[in-house]
Amino acid sequence: MTGLRQAIPRITVRRRKQPLTSRESLTLILASVAAGIFLGGLLFSLAGVNPLYAYGKILQGSFGSIQGWKEILRKAIPLIMAGAGLAIAFRAVFWNIGAEGQMLAGATGATWVALNFTTAPGYILIPAMFAVGFVMGAALCIIPALLKSKFSVNEVIITLMLNYVALQIVTFLIDGPWKGETQHGYPYTDPFVQGARIPRIPGTFIHYPTLIIAVLASIGLFYFMKRTKAGYEIKVTGSSPKAARYAGISYARTLVMVAIISGGLAGMAGVGEVAGIHGKLLYPEYVSAGYGFTAIIVAWLARLHPAGVIASGIFMSGILVGGDAMRIRVPLSSVNIFTGLILLMLVSTEIFRTYEIKFSREDVP
Amino acid sequence: MGKSYIGGYKPAIGVENISRDTLAARAGGRAVEFLRILGGERPGGAVSFQQPVPGEEILGASGIRKEFPGVVANDGVDLKVRAGEIHALLGENGAGKTTLVKILYGVYRPDGGDITLGGERVEINSPRDARDLGIGMVHQHFMLSEPNSVAENIALGLPAGRVLFPEEEVKGRIRDFSKVYGLKLDPDAKVWQLSAGEKQKIEILKALLAGARMLILDEPTAVLTPLETEELFSALRLMAEEGKAVIFITHKLDEVLNLAHQVTVLRKGRIVGNVKTSETDRRKLANMMVGVDLFPSKRSRSIEQGNTVLEVTGLCVKGDRGNRACSGISFKIQAGEILGLAGVAGNGQRELVEVLTGLRETESGGISVLGRDVTNSGPREIANLGVSYIPEDRLSIGIVPEMTVSENLVLRKFWQEEFSEGLLLDEERVRDYSREMIEEFDIVTPGPDTPVRKLSGGNIQRLILARETSGGPRLIIASHPTSGLDVKAANDIRKRLAQAADEGSSVLLDSEDLEEIFELSDRIAVIVNGEFVGVLARAEANLEKVGLLMGGAVE
Repeated sequence: MTGLRQAIPRITVRRRKQPLTSRESLTLILASVAAGIFLGGLLFSLAGVNPLYAYGKILQGSFGSIQGWKEILRKAIPLIMAGAGLAIAFRAVFWNIGAEGQMLAGATGATWVALNFTTAPGYILIPAMFAVGFVMGAALCIIPALLKSKFSVNEVIITLMLNYVALQIVTFLIDGPWKGETQHGYPYTDPFVQGARIPRIPGTFIHYPTLIIAVLASIGLFYFMKRTKAGYEIKVTGSSPKAARYAGISYARTLVMVAIISGGLAGMAGVGEVAGIHGKLLYPEYVSAGYGFTAIIVAWLARLHPAGVIASGIFMSGILVGGDAMRIRVPLSSVNIFTGLILLMLVSTEIFRTYEIKFSREDVP
Repeated sequence: MGKSYIGGYKPAIGVENISRDTLAARAGGRAVEFLRILGGERPGGAVSFQQPVPGEEILGASGIRKEFPGVVANDGVDLKVRAGEIHALLGENGAGKTTLVKILYGVYRPDGGDITLGGERVEINSPRDARDLGIGMVHQHFMLSEPNSVAENIALGLPAGRVLFPEEEVKGRIRDFSKVYGLKLDPDAKVWQLSAGEKQKIEILKALLAGARMLILDEPTAVLTPLETEELFSALRLMAEEGKAVIFITHKLDEVLNLAHQVTVLRKGRIVGNVKTSETDRRKLANMMVGVDLFPSKRSRSIEQGNTVLEVTGLCVKGDRGNRACSGISFKIQAGEILGLAGVAGNGQRELVEVLTGLRETESGGISVLGRDVTNSGPREIANLGVSYIPEDRLSIGIVPEMTVSENLVLRKFWQEEFSEGLLLDEERVRDYSREMIEEFDIVTPGPDTPVRKLSGGNIQRLILARETSGGPRLIIASHPTSGLDVKAANDIRKRLAQAADEGSSVLLDSEDLEEIFELSDRIAVIVNGEFVGVLARAEANLEKVGLLMGGAVE
């Protein structure tokens, strides 16, 4: 009996006395990703694909080749841009699930500029498109912020539902008033004039001005959170709304501020997609391909650290690109399941930040 | 009907002698149904002790001891409750009343002592045990499912095995019980629609339907209107007449004298008195409740008049439930003066303090600080006038646990010129200031960049104190500044407050600790039901006077 008892370790779960060090924190993130990759491997096995083969292909199609890197950087642009904004929103405990719709709003705004001011030179047109895109994305995001701060309406529902509103508006526009005369009846707008197209690195789809803006925004927001009074107010509001009130911080003002930052950046990410890649407004699922949702994972993976979004954006983009490379062998949805698994692992291992599990072999008295 | 008393009992000892006809009439002339419900057809549940005989001891507790980290909540407590008796537990906040009844109801396990029911020793390990033994409890905070109906909530509380009552049957029982006890209640109403008083009725009916022979109520009148209180009292009297035992917790002297037959007074975890209410009076009870030790004032100085820092006139404030929390409060505080706010918790202190600090809106009346009208100004505006605030709820309001010591030290001043440059926060100055404060206030922390959540309670309070008393505030509003702290930390903090007053700051000290109030205050204001019932100069105040006022006796 004693032998048996000793063989089974006692497992105790208890609250951590010390928070994780940054090193332990990184280990936890990597372990979560590894667990996601392992579970994804099981999934590939179930689908009849050797997981090693699958991951080999993914790696080869993404981080392992120049072609892969071209795609990774292209897809990382909207992920970094929208992810940085979401990191700020989530810091303030404003759960903006609507980056997808805010991207579409930004894309719509940019398209309006591009279609109506065809004669303006590019150095005016492109900044104007980004500006209008920012305003449109921000406007869509302010609605749930006001509803939440004034009437305690759940922002998750509102931001999520506004995605569909934005999606239907785009569908309506491209198949209705904005349907292009030169498009042979296809539901696209007319192509943008050259001045309304964001320049790319030749031979790639990397619209570098947007990439530069995204990286600068991430780094800028890092300093914004660290150095400014507004950043301080966001941190206080997110950690303890009651303490924020005690400190005379206006909840409504803070929420609107993070809504503008997060919606605006998502809007600019949408501008980049229509003006940097497609050169026209088209079906919503082609404009964004779910970047607004993936950006949520990007923000979490970076632990809501706006500058960390650059690394996590590139990583998630790599997974998407690798998934595209896999598409020949397995259905696209298995890639979505895979990214979902990684998020699930990241979120569920959060518990290890507050609790620790101890194994001990002491005999039970 | 005719010859027997309702339920087969004679009226309990000490109960006013009522004729059987009156009693039957009170039962709504439905004695037969009454008997059916109370007697054989009581729903479910094994009740282990017999129908109580009035006057016979139902519950006996002896030598109950319960320790929590740092405090002895109950120390050798004895309690005897008889059938047909309404037994009041009287004492200040923190006297150990709630702990005692939670032990009787199986929420806590005592560290020592015995409990007997009907003469037999019992172990009550959980509220379920207690219910099975026929003990019911109405908590101070109701435990009801808000979206569900009254009937559904009551069905939930019924003993296991008989949970699946047809709905109509439950409703019928509720109606019968309501009628018998005069507790009007619609079984179909949703709980969220009901007032606190109605919710309390659900809890009472829940306990009775579960077969309670002894009902414990924790401060039942705190949430009631005077009319509801009357309704409750007559229901409780009726229960006692039936031979049930009722224990109710209160700190209101009038209620004790009005309702109870027997009263046990607790102070600091010990029994200080157990008397028949017919043999005592208000003054004696107040003395027992607060004690007669004399706390010497540690401060003797004269306050210059005419240097008013805070002036409050005719202030009325609404509470969270839309009730009137403060009504017609007027007072002044002079520069360098400490005004103690004495009162039993929940008499409007919290609301008053929140209004003064800009966290709550005024209903009517005015507040001015240094002659400037700040009625309904925001917290930042008021803070900018030099009003600092040490909140009662330190961890959730006073600090941001995830943020660092230095970030927390500027929580209420980061916007001021001293710490900012345009839109930017001047990190260097914040850090220098933090180092100074850590040094000056002996805050034990590894450094200014440590998250505050790692600090001990005493050091968190020192941090708040550093933030709120440094820089020469004109007025410090301190709520329960030393509650929950160890003796050393508490002494430190009192010393700091006294020192701030010596340096010219005014202090409004809201505390449940009378010793603290007597030690620090220049004047003592007593608040009852949201009104100032007396403002005494320290020299003329004594515990008996203050205790009587707190207990609701008008001067």
